[in-house]
Amino acid sequence: MEEKVLQGRPDILVDADRDRAGGGLRTEEMLVNMGPQHPSTHGVLRLMLRIDGELVLECTPHIGYLHRCAEKIGENVTPVQFIPITDRLDYLAAMINNHGYSLAVEKLLGMEVPERGRYIRVIMSELNRIASHLVSFGAYGLDMGAFTPFVYAFREREYILDLFEQVCGARLTYSYLSLGGATQDLPEGFPERLAQFLDYFEPKIAEYNQLLSYNQIFVKRTAGVGVISAADAIAWGLTGPCLRGSGVKWDLRKCVPYDIYDRFDFDIPVGLPGGVDGAPPEVVVGDSWNRYYVRMLEMQQSARILRQCLQQLPSGDYRAKVPRVLKLPAREVYLEVEGARGQLGYLVVGDGKPVPRRVKIRGPSFCNLSIASHICRNVLVADVAAIIGSIDVVMGEVDR
Amino acid sequence: MTAAEVAELLIARFGSAVEPAPVEIHPGVRVAAPVWPAVARFLRDDPRLNFNLLRCISGLDLHPEPQIELVYDLLAMRAPEAPGALWSSGGELAVRVTVARHGGRVPSVCDVWPAAEWHEREAYDLLGVSFDGHPDLRRILCPDDWVGHPLRKDYEFPKEYQGIPSAAAAAEGAGGCGVSR
Repeated sequence: MEEKVLQGRPDILVDADRDRAGGGLRTEEMLVNMGPQHPSTHGVLRLMLRIDGELVLECTPHIGYLHRCAEKIGENVTPVQFIPITDRLDYLAAMINNHGYSLAVEKLLGMEVPERGRYIRVIMSELNRIASHLVSFGAYGLDMGAFTPFVYAFREREYILDLFEQVCGARLTYSYLSLGGATQDLPEGFPERLAQFLDYFEPKIAEYNQLLSYNQIFVKRTAGVGVISAADAIAWGLTGPCLRGSGVKWDLRKCVPYDIYDRFDFDIPVGLPGGVDGAPPEVVVGDSWNRYYVRMLEMQQSARILRQCLQQLPSGDYRAKVPRVLKLPAREVYLEVEGARGQLGYLVVGDGKPVPRRVKIRGPSFCNLSIASHICRNVLVADVAAIIGSIDVVMGEVDR
Repeated sequence: MTAAEVAELLIARFGSAVEPAPVEIHPGVRVAAPVWPAVARFLRDDPRLNFNLLRCISGLDLHPEPQIELVYDLLAMRAPEAPGALWSSGGELAVRVTVARHGGRVPSVCDVWPAAEWHEREAYDLLGVSFDGHPDLRRILCPDDWVGHPLRKDYEFPKEYQGIPSAAAAAEGAGGCGVSR
């Protein structure tokens, strides 16, 4: 019998004679909901799949299940009161959200932050980036059917959450970085404990690469799947590891440095072609494997930044004096920071009152997820899980 | 390129449809809605400008003025000379397009930046701005049968949704759930 393959996908056989096969086997298109409750959609995301057997013809994301009207709340509370709302955007990297909003409002006010406060912020942001990438790594392994990496990832994350708990009492939604700096100073012995954690953690990444990244089953499920070209990535507004996985060496911390990131020496990992620098030969720049691997390498770079922070950490004030009643000037600011998932932007419009006129939040996952309908065409249902997992969305910042 | 330099280039090409908008501290240009797609294409494709990343589309309700202002934040990402080297920024720009609150329509720029698709849907959902030529203009964050546009300054929270009374309505009526205001 002549074998026909699907155009562009030599690994999928098309049964051209199915209507005349023995037993009169017929197939029809089905509309299947993946989500909003689904272990592989990373939160309350509903993917409407139009499928023909295992082949996905069309994938339409439906979002808004976690919409909590953060922007409307922003028009009704003062900036300091809004910080806890920013925690809940990308709740896996809450420190970075706090940092970004504080920087935006400080720019609006023209407020200077003392040196120690700035270093504390970078320490917390980078530590939270590592914690967030650990969840991404563990959950992605889980999506692909590998249970063990999840346990290891969460074990390391427990050490980080312990450090955060010592600093501000919270494990997930910190509200620690606020207007003017940090709300409290670092506790006694924190720099030593952080150094101990980094000594423990840095060798682990090589272990996790052996455990998951180079594992043949994992590579088979993710290499060559959901390839996004660099041009497509920029056109669709992708930022963060999704953009860097497509080979674009762009990171706000280096390209448009904000706060004190220009004082640190670190690299920006990008997607690798197969066979280069340890990448398995089946891998292609811009595929799911690369988007995942960039996160593993970024954890190493964040550890590097943390070590430099510890060396340079000055003593002094941890927070600028913030007046009790703060009137926002009648100006506008748009400021982006490099969040764990991409460029997190805040537009804050003041109009002379203590409360902003408008707060707009540019969630990186919102922009990253919009490409899902474009790339989940003519892929298998199992590939949809691989693609969505590699984009690594957190619905908190998609829906706000 | 600074916003002022970009404004000069655009005015030279598009005339009075473009004005500088030196808003503190978010400077850019103001563009008339009918020519916006042509200006957008020029901003993206002209090699001196190269604004290839549409970062964000924000809607600002200018109530009590009967207008809504859309702010398109753009960023120019420049590829390096040597492959594999760090990309650099060619500048940022805030483009403002103002449209009437009631019945205001803006041409969509989805053809120029596919990233605009979801951002324009959000502006439609939360502020009620309609985009001509958008491939799939429907609500994105609120449920499909929601009434009203929440981020408008004169938005009134509905008294009930699908038969469930809202907190405000429950407090008014008998019983209530003990939620104090």
